[in-house]
Amino acid sequence: MPSLKDLKNRIASVKATQKITKAMKMVAAAKLRRAQEAAEAARPYSQRMSAVLANIAQAVGQDDSAPRLMTGTGKDQVHLLVVCTAERGLCGGFNSQIARLARDHTRKLLAAGKTVKIICVGKKGFDILRRDFASLIIDRIELRDVKKIGFENADQIGRKVIALFEKGEFDVCTLFYSEFKSVIAQVPTALQLVPASAPAAVEQVEGATAIYDYEPDAAAILGDLIPRNISVQIFRALLENVAGEMGAKMSAMDNATRNAGEMINKLTLSYNRQRQAQITKELIEIISGAEAL
Amino acid sequence: MATEFNFELVSPEQLLVSGRVSEVVIPASEGEMTVMANHAPAMTTIKPGVVTVKAADGKTDRYVVFGGFADILPTGCTLLAESAVHVDDFKSADIARRIDAARAELEKASGDEQRFGLESYLAELTTLQGIVVPA
Repeated sequence: MPSLKDLKNRIASVKATQKITKAMKMVAAAKLRRAQEAAEAARPYSQRMSAVLANIAQAVGQDDSAPRLMTGTGKDQVHLLVVCTAERGLCGGFNSQIARLARDHTRKLLAAGKTVKIICVGKKGFDILRRDFASLIIDRIELRDVKKIGFENADQIGRKVIALFEKGEFDVCTLFYSEFKSVIAQVPTALQLVPASAPAAVEQVEGATAIYDYEPDAAAILGDLIPRNISVQIFRALLENVAGEMGAKMSAMDNATRNAGEMINKLTLSYNRQRQAQITKELIEIISGAEAL
Repeated sequence: MATEFNFELVSPEQLLVSGRVSEVVIPASEGEMTVMANHAPAMTTIKPGVVTVKAADGKTDRYVVFGGFADILPTGCTLLAESAVHVDDFKSADIARRIDAARAELEKASGDEQRFGLESYLAELTTLQGIVVPA
C-alpha cells in the first residue's frame, strides 16, 4: 500500500504529463490545419497535371518515342521502394502502419525472387525498416530541418529517383505513403511511380486532343512532363503524410490526455480513501485510549 | 466576339491566379507568345521568364516563373509552373541560387546533350536575371 505522500506525488506527476499531452494535442491541431491547407493548395496542380498527362499520352500513344520512364524497362526484376514516413513519433500507429505495408510488400517481392532497394524518407521509417532490411536500404532522406515542405524537397527526391532509373538501377518504383482521409483515418497506400501508370483518360469536353498544337513536339513535352509528374506525386505524398501525421498525433494525444484524466481520478479516489482510513484509525486510537482510562 | 478568357497560373504549392483576363504573354520554350481569346489549342513547355497577365479590367500583373508548361484552349489557358512568384515578391537571391546550382551541375555534367540542356538553361536564367533584377 503506497503512503499518502507517494500517492500525492503520483497525482502531481500524472497531472504534469496530462498538461504536456494536452499542449501537444493543441500544437498538432494547429499544424494539422496548416497541413490541410497546404495539401488543398497543391491539389489543383496535380489534378491539372494528370489531366494534361492523360491528354498528351493519348496523343503520343504507345509508340517507341514514348519515354522509358513511362513504358518502363520491360522487366520487373529490380524494385525500388520509396517509403515516406514522419520524422517524429508519438503519433499512434501512423509510422508503423506505413512501414508494415512496405515490409509486407518487400517480403512478397523477395519471396518472388526479385531484388529490392529501399529509399527511406523520414527518420521513423528508417528506424523501423532498418531492423529487418538494413542491407536493402540504399539511401535515406531526412526532412527534419525542413519547417514547411516545399516543392523543392520533393523535387530533390524525384531527381534522385530519375537519376537511379537512368543508370538502370531499378525497373519498377513504388511510393509508400499514408493517404489522408480524415483526422482519424489515414490509409497507408502504395503508388507505382515508374513505369507511370497512365492516368485514366479524362473525358475531354472540348474533344480537342487531335488538333492540339504541340510546341516543341508531343514527345518532347511528354519527356519533360513525366519527370515533373514524379516529383509532383512525391510532393503530394509528402503533404498528405504531414497532414496524416498531425491527424494521428492529435488523436493519439487526445487519448493520452483522456487516459491521464482517468488515472488522476482513480488516484485521487484512493488518496481520499486512504486519508479517510487514517483519520478513522486515529479517532479509534484516541477513543479506545480514553475508554481505557 | 469574346475578348476575354479564363487564365490560371498554378504552382505545386498554390493557385496564384485564377480569373478572366484579356491577354497573357508566356515565355514559351520556342520564344515568347501572347495568348488571347480563341487561341488555337496548343501545349507548350515554358522556360524561366516573366509572365505578363493583363486582366479583363485592364490591370497588368507580372509573375516570374521557372519552367513548366502551358495548356492553351480557345476557352482558357492553364499555366503549370514549377515555381512562380509575383514580381514584387521576387528576391534576387533566389535566382542567384538557381544559377549557382545550375553551374555546379554543369561542371558535373557528362553527356553532350545534358551539357547543352544545362547551358541553355543557364543562359535563360542569366537573361531573366538581367530583366528582373535592377542593375
